Amino acid sequence: MAENKKAILRRRKAVQATQKITRAMKMVAAAKLRRAQDRVLAARPYARELSRMLGRLVAAGAGKEHPLLRAREVDEPKVGYVVISADRGLAGSYNVNIIRAAQEALRRETRPVKLITIGRKARDFFVKRGVRPFREWVGLGEEARWPVAREIVGELIQLYLSGELDEVRILYTEFINPVTQRPTEIQLLPLPAPAEAEAGSLVDYIYEPSPEAVLERLVPRYVETVFFQTMLEAKASEHGARMTAMGNATDNATELIAKLTLQYNRARQAAITKEISEIVGGAEALK
Amino acid sequence: MAGEIQVTVITPERTVLRDLACDAVILPVVDGSMGILPLHAPMVAVLRTGILKLKHDGRYEPVAVMGGFAEVSENRVTILAEAAERAEEIDVLRARAAKERAEARLRSRQENIDRARAEAALQRALVRLKVAGYLAENRRN
Repeated sequence: MAENKKAILRRRKAVQATQKITRAMKMVAAAKLRRAQDRVLAARPYARELSRMLGRLVAAGAGKEHPLLRAREVDEPKVGYVVISADRGLAGSYNVNIIRAAQEALRRETRPVKLITIGRKARDFFVKRGVRPFREWVGLGEEARWPVAREIVGELIQLYLSGELDEVRILYTEFINPVTQRPTEIQLLPLPAPAEAEAGSLVDYIYEPSPEAVLERLVPRYVETVFFQTMLEAKASEHGARMTAMGNATDNATELIAKLTLQYNRARQAAITKEISEIVGGAEALK
Repeated sequence: MAGEIQVTVITPERTVLRDLACDAVILPVVDGSMGILPLHAPMVAVLRTGILKLKHDGRYEPVAVMGGFAEVSENRVTILAEAAERAEEIDVLRARAAKERAEARLRSRQENIDRARAEAALQRALVRLKVAGYLAENRRN
């Protein structure tokens, strides 16, 4: 019995130690999530204004021929799938979900595919299954940064313009709220032009130096912005998923500790009862 | 009174300033500078890396702008820049280091350096230092 008691105590101590870690990870993730959410919100005004400007130019008839906007007529179009995952695990189903969505998308795709991964988890998963990504980025840090996003999307644009890819699709995790994230697929290139929403925007604008020059610079910026948004959302989702997962782990640990404490007390009482009954039994026998 | 014009400066990562009432705005457009006064006609302009000047409270405030676009409509100027900083936000040490790095790259006679990139970096550093220098000058007076 004493052996049993000791084992229960040891187990409870181990669970408590694990709980300390999960609780700390949960709090760290919560702090990072808050920052990531702020960054998603902070990036919205720029994207919105850019989208409006581009929408107006497109509505005015410009840009139909822009290489990043126009779909290409090719016999065997090559499609690039960019999968955005995390570098680290312990984020609940975050990585599993996005990787499963990617597998699903790749299975459905009938055209030749090139896989591009962002984050160590997606890369490792596919490499383990013998699929070497065409391009990969790992270790981008805990925050989505604009210069980094720009570098990656710059390369994607290059691949598209050089004809190495005829379409670029992004698979990322949309951030809905801290406990809900959804794997989402969007087409990055050729870019679906933003619809001009306002009806009253037919005012004649002066374009300086010319509408073509403005468009020429606006379109790449817009592509970059769309991509940056997916990276920001993916990061927020990752921290949200990790926070939820670690919160659950902490709760489970609390439950387990309570159960072990109960077991320990039961074992202790049983031992005491047994001892008393032995003493009483012994005393009885002496009578 | 001619009224005022509201200026907003946004970058992909943050809003630098929102609805600042100005008497005049000078934009760093690709082929020079362009003055914008209240009631300007609707316009979209491409900006270069340069200094945006905002006249308010009787003087011009310089803002470092790293390329982008300006939209003028309904007495509002919206600047969408790759990056933008007001004088007090500039990290002078970092800008100085960037300047030296870019200059060193331009001096080295290697074939494989990206000249255009180094020049752009140098330009950005110079603009930042100039805007930050304005702040230092004002403090001295």
